[in-house]
Amino acid sequence: MTDGPADEAGPLLRVRGLTKHFPVRGGPVRAVDGLDFEVRAGETLGLVGESGCGKSTTGRLLVRLLEPTGGSIEFAGHDLTHAGRRHLRPLRGQLQIIFQDPYASLNPRHPVGRIIAMPLRVNRIDPPGGTRARVRELMERVGLNPEHHNRYPHEFSGGQRQRVGIARALATEPRLVVADEPVSALDVSIQAQVVNLLRRLHRDLGLALVLISHDLAVVRHLCQRVAVMYLGRIVEIGDRDDIYHRPQHPYTRALLAAVPHVGQFGPAGRLRLTGEAPTPLDPPSGCRFRTRCPRARERCAVEEPALVRRDGGGQATACHFPGPDPLPAEPVRAMA
Amino acid sequence: MDPYLRVTDLRVSFPTADGVLRAVEGVSFAVEGGRTLGVVGESGSGKSATALALLGLHDLRRATVTGQVTIGGRELVGRPETEIRRLRGRNVAMIFQDPLSALHPYHRVGRQIAEAYRVHHRGAGRGETRRRVIEMMDRVGIPQPDRRYDQYPHEFSGGMRQRVMIAMALVNDPALLIADEPTTALDVTVQAQILELLTDLRAEFRTAIVLITHDLGVVGQAADDVLVMYAGRIVEQGHVEQVLRTPQHPYTSGLLASVPSLRGDPEADLRPIPGSPPSLTELPTGCVFHPRCRHAGALGDRCRTEPPELRVVGTGGHRLACHLPTRERARRRAEDTTRAGVAR
Amino acid sequence: MLRFLVKRTLSAVLTLFAVSVLTFLMFFALPRDPVSGMCPRNCNPERLERVRQELGLSDPLVVQYGGYMRGVVAGRELGAAQGGHCDAPCLGWSYVNNEAVTDTLVRVLPVTLSIVVPAAVLWLLLGMGLGLVSALRRGTWVDRVAIGFSLTGASLQLYFVGAVLLLIFVYTLGWLPVPGYTSLLDDPVRWAGGLVLAWLSLALLCSANYARLFRAQLLETLGEDFVRTARAKGLPRSAVYGRHALRAAISPVITVAGLDVGAALGGTVITETTFGIHGLGRTAVDAVRAGDLPTIMATVLAAAVFVVLANMLVDLLYAAVDPRVRLG
Repeated sequence: MTDGPADEAGPLLRVRGLTKHFPVRGGPVRAVDGLDFEVRAGETLGLVGESGCGKSTTGRLLVRLLEPTGGSIEFAGHDLTHAGRRHLRPLRGQLQIIFQDPYASLNPRHPVGRIIAMPLRVNRIDPPGGTRARVRELMERVGLNPEHHNRYPHEFSGGQRQRVGIARALATEPRLVVADEPVSALDVSIQAQVVNLLRRLHRDLGLALVLISHDLAVVRHLCQRVAVMYLGRIVEIGDRDDIYHRPQHPYTRALLAAVPHVGQFGPAGRLRLTGEAPTPLDPPSGCRFRTRCPRARERCAVEEPALVRRDGGGQATACHFPGPDPLPAEPVRAMA
Repeated sequence: MDPYLRVTDLRVSFPTADGVLRAVEGVSFAVEGGRTLGVVGESGSGKSATALALLGLHDLRRATVTGQVTIGGRELVGRPETEIRRLRGRNVAMIFQDPLSALHPYHRVGRQIAEAYRVHHRGAGRGETRRRVIEMMDRVGIPQPDRRYDQYPHEFSGGMRQRVMIAMALVNDPALLIADEPTTALDVTVQAQILELLTDLRAEFRTAIVLITHDLGVVGQAADDVLVMYAGRIVEQGHVEQVLRTPQHPYTSGLLASVPSLRGDPEADLRPIPGSPPSLTELPTGCVFHPRCRHAGALGDRCRTEPPELRVVGTGGHRLACHLPTRERARRRAEDTTRAGVAR
Repeated sequence: MLRFLVKRTLSAVLTLFAVSVLTFLMFFALPRDPVSGMCPRNCNPERLERVRQELGLSDPLVVQYGGYMRGVVAGRELGAAQGGHCDAPCLGWSYVNNEAVTDTLVRVLPVTLSIVVPAAVLWLLLGMGLGLVSALRRGTWVDRVAIGFSLTGASLQLYFVGAVLLLIFVYTLGWLPVPGYTSLLDDPVRWAGGLVLAWLSLALLCSANYARLFRAQLLETLGEDFVRTARAKGLPRSAVYGRHALRAAISPVITVAGLDVGAALGGTVITETTFGIHGLGRTAVDAVRAGDLPTIMATVLAAAVFVVLANMLVDLLYAAVDPRVRLG
């Protein structure tokens, strides 16, 4: 299933029933509602979905920027779920995050050398050879000129700032990095450079990577496994090739069909989804996707499908009627 | 048929503290009714500045706009504001990238659309206006338009808001629609819906559309012709299939090669264009793309000293601004392909 | 909405309660005998003692406070010389002014209102007008002059401006009468004539803030996407500015204005002193000097009420202007 180093007894990161509800007048916003997945050491997992699916919230939960309302997060054998600050501190160095906005995630008043060194300082890590040497090394590794360590963020371009963010995330030699939409805010010709950089870092450092993105093409180039999210739940999870070439869930199929790709001229295929995702404040009963699903039946309104493996392979789908569409025989009834 | 929109040698520049910023440098193109022209470029390419010039929206106290922009036979550049205003929203309309910020947060949606109608139909009564607005909202696919007429923009989802913007732009049946990154802020499934909507509306109303985007896939799906812009200039233009299937300019082919896609080998590294887009106040000499172009050294000093003209290449209106002779280009492209095939 | 009003009223009551306790404590923290200050020089010590008894000053603080608050809520008994029963809200008796404090308030509140409200209207109009003009003519001499003018106004001091205006309009040119308060209901012309200099002085000083704020907000709003959309629709400039930009730019102005007016209603002391008008502010200062606890309490509470009401009003206005804001 994975070709990363598996020197641990179990997975590096294990998430069970992860839930996060935000209390709001009118009911809780069920941003994340029961996620189950694992990431092995050195493995890359992509979390894809559209706005409102909860992927960004998940990213923040994984590095404990937010506290879960339910479920559990286990990292390298430690239970992070409700750990207090003291227990989290020694682990923080091993779990880092790269943010989406290269303009907002760097303190404009600090020179980049200081920004990159800050995780070392905060975690009281004194690297062999000294902090300054480590910052130089990190800057070189991400493709920045180490002589520029005294410059301020505004003197760098968007792509370069994102590299600073990556260097910062690598400072404490983490075992797992969460990258929240790391290239979305970048120009197209710069995106490729940063994607390549992430690939190289993953290879060279044996990092485990959780990549959060709405861009299916980027995820395909970076991730070995992919989880598709919709309205706070995972609807499908599996190896990259399984998801991209043999998607079973109707949402995954629709998502893939909707991506405009260059070789295709004229309008996209017939797998057009109508409407938009319902609000996470009041998700539909049963299967959350049923209101837009071309295959929805009565059962879908009543029973929420569980994430089940098919055919004993690595791919799991949460659908009562998975597989290529359209299904024969029974007429499809439109659901309210 | 005479093109509804004709742009000739458009130039837009802004004085800044670091020198003159040349956002658009001599851009010319034409669009006929019923056809979509895709304008592709990254940030700094000048595509948005071009779009704003098509509606005369530049602040002339700050920007200098020269050249010709002719819409339905009427000239825009250099004309007084009162004259241009009569065309805006009536002959040419624009939809913007972020519908949440492009709609006034304090006014109801129906009223905002009605405003667009009433400013060009002065005699229209309340009832007639409302009917027209609801008709338009229905036409763009907003469910229960009579109820949603009285709602505020924040009560709509992203895709619905963009439909509102489209309804507002089309309420006066303009012959030309400028869409500035209309789907960039939307989810990919909603993007597909909106693009389909635009195509349907174009077929129904025979509108000419200028679609500005950075996404080559979107251009492929929704445009008939394409303009590739870089640092304020057109580097390549032609029919969309021609340009995207057989790109001639190193920037276009570089862009196509660097974009991750659902096809192609996921294990191979992407092939980014080295370097980054130039600063518009200090443009490179000669060909603006030469510092990033792999082939720049092939012709000695020429690429560095002499800016290439936009010339016809091949058949079918395909134009290109590059010094490399066609045969040389083809040879290099073949080389690239084999090299990429061997790489992994 | 109802929920909002209920919550805010409750928090208002709590605030007023806290204010009253603090004032009470602060008064008694003063190292002086409250009673002897009230009495003219040749005061009879027996009389002093009697007053002390009546005021209950020998009782523990908590009892005194309790008595006072009970009076505010339900009325209480005062001595015969003070009119016997004092109806709720009973704010006590001022030995200094020799009248029921409630009467004092009733007398001075309209004065302060007459100073502040028209002045506020003036300073808002002037400030927003200057801000609008400078935003529209940004970078030109008009912009610079307008901002310069308002900055000058803000840098001046009210007692100076007031004195100069008095000198010019009252004592030299004689165009205006000596400032003083006449009830609006009695004689509007005299009401205005007696207060106009106060209004002008306040307007001159306070408008600067608003000019700068409004200018900045307008410039920011004019750069917003929805203004660009409005222009793209073909709207004439007046509609773009009026219907689109102005309404969006006004929110912070509302906040600042509301709080400013709320505070000003608490007593524009310097204005009142400069122009010799006896409003709430003057009364408050006099009461502190004289150690007149009931009056002090009353004026402080009145000011607190105004501030709390102003805050509530600002929130309501916000919600009225911006449909995205939901109260509660």
